[in-house]
Amino acid sequence: MTSPTLRIDDLRLSFRTWRGLTEVLHGVSLHIRKGERVALVGESGSGKSVTARIVLGLLQELKSSRIDGVVEFEGRDLEKLSAAERHKLRGTKMSMIFQDPTTALNPVYTIGMQFREVLGRRVKGISQRQARDVATAALADVSIRDADRILASYPFQLSGGMNQRVMIAMALANEPSLLIADEPGTALDVTVQAQTLQLMRALVERHQTAVLFISHNLGVVREFADRVYVIYKGRIVEHGTAVGLFADPRHPYTRALMEAVPHITGGGIPEIDEESAAFSAPMAVHEGCAEPGASA
Amino acid sequence: MTAPILSLQSVSKTFFLAGREVRAVDDVSIDVAEGECLAIVGESGSGKSTLANMILGVYPPTAGTIAYRGTPLPARRELKHRRLIQFVQQNPLSALNPQRSVGVSLRLALDVHGIGKKSERRAEVGRLLEEVGLPASFMTRAPAALSGGQRQRVAIARALACRSEIVVLDEPTSALDVLVQARVLRLLQELRKARGLTYVFITHDLSVVRNIAERVAVFEKGRLVETGATGTIFSTPERPYTRRLIGAVPVVTDAEMALREQLTEEFTGERNESA
Amino acid sequence: MRRALFILLRNPLSLIGIILVAVVVLSALSADFLTPFPADRGAAVHFELANQPPDWPHIFGTDLVGRDLFSRIIFAYRISLFLGVVVLAIAVPVGVTIGLVAGYFGGWIEFLLMRITDVFLSIPPLVLAMSIMGVLAPTLTNGMLAVTAMWWPWYTRLVYNLARSEKEEGYVLAAEIIGASKPHILFREILPNCVPAILTKMTLDMGFVILIVSSLSFLGLGVQPPTPDLGSMVAEGAGYMPDSWWLTVFPGLAILFAVFGFNLLGDALRELLGVEQ
Ligand SMILES: Nc1ncnc2c1ncn2[C@@H]1O[C@H](COP(=O)(O)OP(=O)(O)OP(=O)(O)O)[C@@H](O)[C@H]1O
Ligand SMILES: Nc1ncnc2c1ncn2[C@@H]1O[C@H](COP(=O)(O)OP(=O)(O)OP(=O)(O)O)[C@@H](O)[C@H]1O
Ligand SMILES: [Mg+2]
Ligand SMILES: [Mg+2]
Repeated sequence: MTSPTLRIDDLRLSFRTWRGLTEVLHGVSLHIRKGERVALVGESGSGKSVTARIVLGLLQELKSSRIDGVVEFEGRDLEKLSAAERHKLRGTKMSMIFQDPTTALNPVYTIGMQFREVLGRRVKGISQRQARDVATAALADVSIRDADRILASYPFQLSGGMNQRVMIAMALANEPSLLIADEPGTALDVTVQAQTLQLMRALVERHQTAVLFISHNLGVVREFADRVYVIYKGRIVEHGTAVGLFADPRHPYTRALMEAVPHITGGGIPEIDEESAAFSAPMAVHEGCAEPGASA
Repeated sequence: MTAPILSLQSVSKTFFLAGREVRAVDDVSIDVAEGECLAIVGESGSGKSTLANMILGVYPPTAGTIAYRGTPLPARRELKHRRLIQFVQQNPLSALNPQRSVGVSLRLALDVHGIGKKSERRAEVGRLLEEVGLPASFMTRAPAALSGGQRQRVAIARALACRSEIVVLDEPTSALDVLVQARVLRLLQELRKARGLTYVFITHDLSVVRNIAERVAVFEKGRLVETGATGTIFSTPERPYTRRLIGAVPVVTDAEMALREQLTEEFTGERNESA
Repeated sequence: MRRALFILLRNPLSLIGIILVAVVVLSALSADFLTPFPADRGAAVHFELANQPPDWPHIFGTDLVGRDLFSRIIFAYRISLFLGVVVLAIAVPVGVTIGLVAGYFGGWIEFLLMRITDVFLSIPPLVLAMSIMGVLAPTLTNGMLAVTAMWWPWYTRLVYNLARSEKEEGYVLAAEIIGASKPHILFREILPNCVPAILTKMTLDMGFVILIVSSLSFLGLGVQPPTPDLGSMVAEGAGYMPDSWWLTVFPGLAILFAVFGFNLLGDALRELLGVEQ
């Protein structure tokens, strides 16, 4: 069996602050195989974004962070790579889509210039013509036909939805094997968000890209993911296939999260407990969803 | 029938941007009944916030009138008008002054409108905090020491402080995660019942609307394209645009999925016929 | 408090800044007790001691009329700091108020106020001060007036930019909708959010005011003899270089010491208060 695209084993993270050491991740394990769409769901502050930033190798450079555990990308231990090698992976073999596309794009460069920079990370010294052709094709993938106009525009001249599509096109332009999407589109309205998800889904299916999809809304995850990890306060509390998890949520926290999504069929606003002791119940793993390489 | 608490007649707002005219709100007429929760939905840029700002008196309409219980409100609002209509905004991060404590922020409304005796205002701030489900001791805290949901509760308390009758809520929960959103929505529901408030609830999330509003007004490019009771809008939406909005809502249950598919199928069916 | 210590101690430069400023301020305050020859601050004359190189008890040497240079430098600090405080005490409130008003109200008020500010900003500071001093008599009061006149526009600029972005914040809108008065919104809502940046700039400026006042005195336009001033001391001594090097070097170093200290402290405050540049 080939190794998964991403494997995280017993990942721990703490930050040194003026208050002393605060532990943010308490042993997170997860994996994503080639072409698989995996969601990481949990409330604000549960540790979703920091996990993503460790995978991207961004937190390793922060002096105040302390990281333990294994992060393997395509069978290679990230820990053993130098900062320069990690830097080379970003934007080529791994890429990322952020929550707010308008701030993630640099306002002082045109979309075309930013595209060329991104493409230049894979092909050194790519010519302007070549870059434009690749960018045009990538934009066509996200249903943008008037690529010339878009490439000549600055981000603030485009709508949020358009910027979001540009971000997706850029993130996938170098055919990464792993895409990390951190709450894509929550800064936009529901129709744009729905569009974004559909687009991303179609594209990653075609390119066989592995995706780590981060969200706080189980409804959004259902639209997108094959497999789901639920994270609560730096611990994974439930892991299952999307179908299995939505049919049979087992952990009390997952159930609370599920109930909290208002239904378009009505039913009122549910009463959600503040923190419940039940939320710290042990992890619920659905059948056939064990971590690869786990001894137990 | 009693007069509506708020009534908008042919209200329009035109902005001038770099020599271009933007009709943000275009000839909108709608009545809001006392005690109801009217949802205003629409895509980004459809003019929802512009309408809210006109109701709040941030700027006057270019044309049309806004009346409170039958009397038109002036372009320059006086204190007595300000007191009637308050609001809760989307971004909990910027809603509270970071350099002032929660108590000081809440007291402002009491001081400006001269509510209660000076000596009793502190106690009133404590009561307000408790009403939105926070301990009174939070009044000494800085906003930075509160979570997003807690800040939004404080913002709600501020809107209630001057005993307003109408609260305009501009996407009050869009920046919160689902668990916190559910709690805040519940609080809003309870407060409306307890105080007999009237809500104008702006959002683009139709699943929230379904569960909190009695009536829905759908905005498309500055125009009011559909209004109706919430149940009717969701079971038999007339405009394809409304269906598209409903179809975009992320859902968790199979029943919802079925409803959504039914709506979008009809929609695509119709479109194929017309093509 | 612990957070403050954490940030300050993490950066040794901050600590140096605090120490330098503390030394300058404390020595200026206690100049009467600290200096070996407090009488030398004024028009004392001891020709028998004139122009002596550093030695005990005159550790920085003596000047052309035999006064203890060390004592005069410490007293000069006192004058410089006093001038700095006075200048900022006038320039900051004026500049801040104009900036707040221009930034918040916008429109023609902003246009008018900011054009006036730009005019002041476009004149090189020393030229402005010198022209004012040229018209008026070169007294200490006029010197302070001149320096103040060139200082407030910087605060207007700073606060104007801050106010313009702060007024877009939700809490300002909330105060407007509640019906709060304009002065309340300007001074109670927006101003507190500008205070960290203003404080930081004031600290940095203490150093610059000292430098400017010294420059003016160097040109003979500031503090008048026999009041000790670092700038005039450097100017006087310059003619006797390199033989009587101490006449120039020690006052020069003293200026550097103070300016450097306030700068480091300003940077430390910037970091502590989270002010963006
Ligand atoms: N650089 C840092 N220094 C100290 N603490 C940090 C740092 N970055 C993140 N944290 C803390 O780590 C925790 C997890 O943060 P993270 O951003 O991963 O949350 P999240 O699950 O992505 O939440 P959200 O949904 O709000 O984005 C938070 O409590 C946060 O305060
Ligand atoms: N102050 C202004 N000056 C110029 N144009 C404006 C101004 N405010 C709003 N607009 C324009 O008016 C239109 C409606 O904007 P509005 O903010 O009301 O939309 P919205 O429905 O609230 O959208 P969102 O869901 O993104 O908040 C937009 O095209 C916007 O660009
Ligand atoms: Mg995050
Ligand atoms: Mg809006």
